[in-house]
Amino acid sequence: MAVFVKGVIFDGVDTTQPDCWRLAAYEARGGYQALRSILQAQMPQEDVIAEVKNSGLRGRGGAGFPTGLKWSFMPRSFPGDKYVVCNTDEGEPGTFKDRDILRYNPHALIEGMIIAGYAMGTRVGYNYIHGEIFAEYELFEAALDEARAAGYLGENILGTGFSFDLFAHHGYGAYICGEETALLESLEGKKGQPRFKPPFPASFGLYGKPTTINNTESFASVPFIIRDGAQKFLEAGKPNNGGTKLFSVSGHVNRPGNYEIPLGTPFSALLEMAGGMKDGSRLKAVIPGGSSAPVLPGEVMMDLTMDYDSISKAGSMLGSGAVIVMNDQVCMVKALERLAYFYHEESCGQCTPCREGTGWLYRVIHRIENGQGRPEDLDLLNSVGNNMAGRTICALADAAVFPVRSFTKHFRDEFEYHIEHRKCLVEHKWC
Amino acid sequence: MLTAESLALIDREVAKYPADQARSAVMSALRIALEERRQTGTVPEERCLTTEVIEFVANYLGIPPVAAYEVATFYNMYDMKPVGKYKITVCTNLPCALRGGVDTANYISRKLGIGLGETTPDGKFTLLEGECMGACGDAPVLLLNNHSMCSFMTPEAIDKKLAELE
Repeated sequence: MAVFVKGVIFDGVDTTQPDCWRLAAYEARGGYQALRSILQAQMPQEDVIAEVKNSGLRGRGGAGFPTGLKWSFMPRSFPGDKYVVCNTDEGEPGTFKDRDILRYNPHALIEGMIIAGYAMGTRVGYNYIHGEIFAEYELFEAALDEARAAGYLGENILGTGFSFDLFAHHGYGAYICGEETALLESLEGKKGQPRFKPPFPASFGLYGKPTTINNTESFASVPFIIRDGAQKFLEAGKPNNGGTKLFSVSGHVNRPGNYEIPLGTPFSALLEMAGGMKDGSRLKAVIPGGSSAPVLPGEVMMDLTMDYDSISKAGSMLGSGAVIVMNDQVCMVKALERLAYFYHEESCGQCTPCREGTGWLYRVIHRIENGQGRPEDLDLLNSVGNNMAGRTICALADAAVFPVRSFTKHFRDEFEYHIEHRKCLVEHKWC
Repeated sequence: MLTAESLALIDREVAKYPADQARSAVMSALRIALEERRQTGTVPEERCLTTEVIEFVANYLGIPPVAAYEVATFYNMYDMKPVGKYKITVCTNLPCALRGGVDTANYISRKLGIGLGETTPDGKFTLLEGECMGACGDAPVLLLNNHSMCSFMTPEAIDKKLAELE
């Protein structure tokens, strides 16, 4: 289910129409006008990047890094091969927005990537697509064929002398490939194990060439920014948090789905859009930005607005915009056990603190959940976490530790009850 | 070892990458090889990747066999073990679990009479637990034979889906 309230990506997209993804429908919505205007005016690359910078667009994949600034790191005058890469390897539990972009508006992404290619002087781009969404991969390839046939992709685009081509690469089941350097390794046909940074991809990326990697939603926002102007995009959100954002709402709400709303919208309003709490149950906790973001108690969330600064001030992060809502039927020990299992399963095994640490976290939480917990276990979890976070090549270890720290901080009584009484404080539904 | 159709699909993938980077196509090439085996295999042992198939793919791309083997074993959607005609992977990660993902897995398990990770004696079904498929809004979800996402898998929807599979 997809509901789009007000936004830059899904404005005018009627998702009930099976052909809404097609080129003709996209052009009827004003699609490819931004690309045409840039190419016809021979707009200087610096001006395109400045426009993206001025829009306040921050990376929609999770880190929130300013997109325009990232683009400016690319050596534009570098004479050799350079690449622009899109990260549609969407596997952060709770996140399902990029899939809807591919399903309902793939040409916005294609146009955004062509504009990015123009701005950074690259001739080739790749879109790395999550393994589990094969239908969307095939649909995206069909959209690429449409764009190629219409002269938006390939040699001498629209007769302007600018050439750019774009290809889809299909993943096959590895959460770690959402990390940008693991994604590059995978794109090169290797195991998806992250690289040391520096060097950063802007100087040593795909095949060792300068590369810029952005999230699907970031690229798909670019046509709007160019067509309607940075100011309009900025004004759609709030200062330092430009634009609208797709929020994937899952868990105990009546209408799970994607909601594209202005950054700065109160969480309470988002919850209402999602139909409120399932069957009128009571809100207990929310993970506001994908499973790696620290959990927050429901009453804290109800006072927050959905933007980078507000969520960060409350001690969590907006991340990918995946809002996992939990009611008072959820046992927080059980919920954390499932997340810990996920990180253990998905650790790529390259760094010892992560490979071993995620196993320790899972096993200790598992024994607490199963009535075998020991009084010292909460300290042990803390100690294991301290030996993981910040001590590995990529952030997966940190992502595994954040939930453990936040769950045991905000819901400590449930963990202590489990250890002491060897059973749940909450009568939860799934176990 | 692979049909002309499969090789043509692999060639199409190779063409996406620079001429000296055929290795980039190994993920797709293994997927295409696996898909051919899934469709043509008559018993579970014939539906998964084998070292011979992996070596063939590696040689076809001109890369060392071990380079293809490490890809086949790193990414979890490649079937390296015998698999049923219908592989059912149920997401039980937290967002799905909050909406009945574990119940879905248990329901299918009872209905087929096999546990997670097992294949029915007739070689028809394999049931697996999966990680986030990026479709949490449609929970509970399951993936059929790697490529077909099935949404809102309530017991009624499961009954209907299983009845369709012959």
